[in-house]
Amino acid sequence: MTAGRALAIAAALLAGGLLAATPARPAEELVADLSEHLIAITTGFTGTQVVMFGATEGSGDVVIIVRGPLSDATVRRKGRVAGIWVNRESMGFTNVPSYYAMASSKPVDEIASPATLELHEIGFDHLKLAVDNGEVNATEVPFFRSALIREKQQLGLYARQPGKVAFLGTRLFRANFDFPADVPTGSYLAEVLLLRNGQVASAQTTPLIISKIGVGATIFDFAHQRGAYYGAIAILVALMAGWIAHLAFRRG
Amino acid sequence: MQIYLPIAELSLNVFLLLGIGGAIGFLSGMFGVGGGFLLTPLLIFIGVPPAVAVATQANQVVASSVSGVLAHWSRNNVDFKMGVVLLLGGIVGSTLGVGVFSLLRTAGQVDLVIGLAYVVMLTFIGLTMLAESLLALRRRRRRAPPRKLHQHTWIHGLPFKMRFRKSRLYISALLPLAVGAAVGLLAAIMGTGGAFIMVPAMIYLLGMPTAVVVGTSLFQIIFVAANVTFLQSLQNQTVDVVLALMLTVGGVIGAQFGGRVGARLPAEHLRVLLALLVLAVGARLGYELVTPPAELYSIEVSPPAAVP
Repeated sequence: MTAGRALAIAAALLAGGLLAATPARPAEELVADLSEHLIAITTGFTGTQVVMFGATEGSGDVVIIVRGPLSDATVRRKGRVAGIWVNRESMGFTNVPSYYAMASSKPVDEIASPATLELHEIGFDHLKLAVDNGEVNATEVPFFRSALIREKQQLGLYARQPGKVAFLGTRLFRANFDFPADVPTGSYLAEVLLLRNGQVASAQTTPLIISKIGVGATIFDFAHQRGAYYGAIAILVALMAGWIAHLAFRRG
Repeated sequence: MQIYLPIAELSLNVFLLLGIGGAIGFLSGMFGVGGGFLLTPLLIFIGVPPAVAVATQANQVVASSVSGVLAHWSRNNVDFKMGVVLLLGGIVGSTLGVGVFSLLRTAGQVDLVIGLAYVVMLTFIGLTMLAESLLALRRRRRRAPPRKLHQHTWIHGLPFKMRFRKSRLYISALLPLAVGAAVGLLAAIMGTGGAFIMVPAMIYLLGMPTAVVVGTSLFQIIFVAANVTFLQSLQNQTVDVVLALMLTVGGVIGAQFGGRVGARLPAEHLRVLLALLVLAVGARLGYELVTPPAELYSIEVSPPAAVP
């Protein structure tokens, strides 16, 4: 994997060099790609790192946002009832990215206008999380919202710190993104923005697919599509295992 | 070496899972109970979602009970008639239990109910066992004659009397039916085979001789646990066969060693030890319920609407 990544980066550097060497061609302001477009979750999957690399034309700062598929989430808050801590208030959120990581070449507040940050949902403060069926009043929303982000960070699904877009020279850049072992499957989007004077000068979006591959995927799909058969097979496997165990240890 | 658990959706160390299975198997071989009441909290502790831990545990119980019943059957210590009556109650109870489990899951209170059920049951059973085994120890020292097989109470006046030859009992069928239903309900919610509830209930409530209790309880637990496995798979999709298999492999090996150690210790001492263990787990879980949690908030994410 590391060898493949190194190769990919070398290819990017080469591509960058070629672009620089052909001024006749109308220059693209931003070229970027991911080291991998498919993360396969196999039985041995323990998380992975993906590299976003690319080249810019002219000056500017780069912001990269990687977002997982949107889902709904319920945030619950515990309260004390008769001395026991139980879930009490709850708040539903929609449009919650299952994964969110952001990297920039400089702190985003310095390189992007508030409107740009808002529009492109750069940073946790600008995520457009919609409150669904709030049982609690509006003043409570920020608490639940920050709890949601905190819990997601705890799970490794939201990056704790903004990542760093590292420039190699003045034009080539790269940034790393970590995906934990229990990363949700689905189609992700990596958005690369070239910022100049606080505005987006150029943008590019690259898809990233995360899917289960092999035995694990087959088991998961089977369990969810054919619950009855799955249950019956689970029981049969257990019966066989118990019987084999009895036979194996009968003599001992 | 990590292994990806497809239903729990996380990677865990193979040897950790085998070790947990082995340790629980050791205890269950030593004490003659399923050990599920320890396994479910342990699985939750290492990061398996509670719903998956509970459902998978039921699947693992099927395997360990089969191997246990076969061993007891060869010693002719299974009362099949009693087992079937307990089972009829158990099926009703566990079906209800899985339904209740689904409801609690939607309400967001499943973790609380699992925790509370554990604290109440573990404390009750631990205290009962401790008192009983300490009494037995004292009796043995005084060399007093053993107590009567069972006392006659209002329970023996109930209708639908049945004769259970192997258990040497002539009692109302309603009694084992009710015991089976209650244990089945708890088994589904708590994710245990219920042996640790069933065994005391059979000895103290039904008055069965101790020799046939474990084999008979295991016999009916196979079916109750199989029913829970099936219904959890159908309604909640929370049974992880890979996890269950890992635990089973560790469990059957541990059970053999536990059985050998257990055979060398006197029965009353074993019961005192088990009672103390049960109380310790209960106290630990109870402590968690009453101390302010480090994080007041928790999240539950529903699956993304459209996945290609």
